[in-house]
Amino acid sequence: MARVHDRGGWPGAGPIDRFEHPLSWWEKRMDAITTLLMTPEKRVLRVDELRRAVEDMEPAAYERCAYYERWLHAVETLMAEKGILTREEIDRKVKELDARP
Amino acid sequence: MHDDSHDDRHVPPAPDHDPTDFEKRVEAVQALLVEKGILTADEVRRAVEEMDSRTPAQGARVVARAWVDPAFKARLLADAKAAISELGITVGFDATIVAAENTERVHHVVVCTLCSCYPRGLLGYPPDWYKSLNYRSRVVVDPRGVLKEFGLVLDPNVEVRVLDSTADMRYLVIPARPSGTEQMGEEELASLVTRDSLIGVAEARPPAMR
Repeated sequence: MARVHDRGGWPGAGPIDRFEHPLSWWEKRMDAITTLLMTPEKRVLRVDELRRAVEDMEPAAYERCAYYERWLHAVETLMAEKGILTREEIDRKVKELDARP
Repeated sequence: MHDDSHDDRHVPPAPDHDPTDFEKRVEAVQALLVEKGILTADEVRRAVEEMDSRTPAQGARVVARAWVDPAFKARLLADAKAAISELGITVGFDATIVAAENTERVHHVVVCTLCSCYPRGLLGYPPDWYKSLNYRSRVVVDPRGVLKEFGLVLDPNVEVRVLDSTADMRYLVIPARPSGTEQMGEEELASLVTRDSLIGVAEARPPAMR
């Protein structure tokens, strides 16, 4: 059976939703952060690693998540693997930012 | 873009909703990567601006040149990245771009069944439907049905080729030049080339009636 990301010919696919939402400020940031980490100057990530981390998502989460939520998940996973950021650190930073007046 | 607007762009626009978990985590990840010296807020802002400057209009310029200049078209088909750079367009570091020409006999349509690979260095962000599970699933098994959904009904005698992109190889469709455009200059021709025609889910627009 094909893995969840391997969609070609996936059974049960329905009509294509052609609504196009303009990317939000935050989606553009997520895109920019990810691509910056992959530039030849930084080389913190490689595109194949990004894909692997997206493809390894739990199938139901993969299907549920919006596009840049998958990228966020992958970047968090890879930063943890590389010892650059832990999820706990990110959780703490979220709380810290939340506590801003 | 005026310099005095730059500082403002480090700060998100006034929200019209409570920040979502996604937004909070993106902000947290960026803040931590900045603290650790891996990237700067300015680099992120510039990367967003750079992506915003990449649009289908760039692809339309490339196609219009290919329509009027057969030698350029030959170079585009041989090595798209190099030919594109002749027009002063830089497509960034990622991926090979392969151009595929639509003719009276062959119609190409592009997908990335595994993800969302797209010549984003030239055309900018891919549209939502291009990244959707349904498009990725269906266009490889029923391309004519999908094209019909997009309003494009092809002659049964036209061969359809579906090009499945990878991270390392991304496709640009050169739509067929519409008839009745023989007198048009490059700029006017470019206005007929839509994003969807560069993906192959549409043809170039016919010239307006005169």
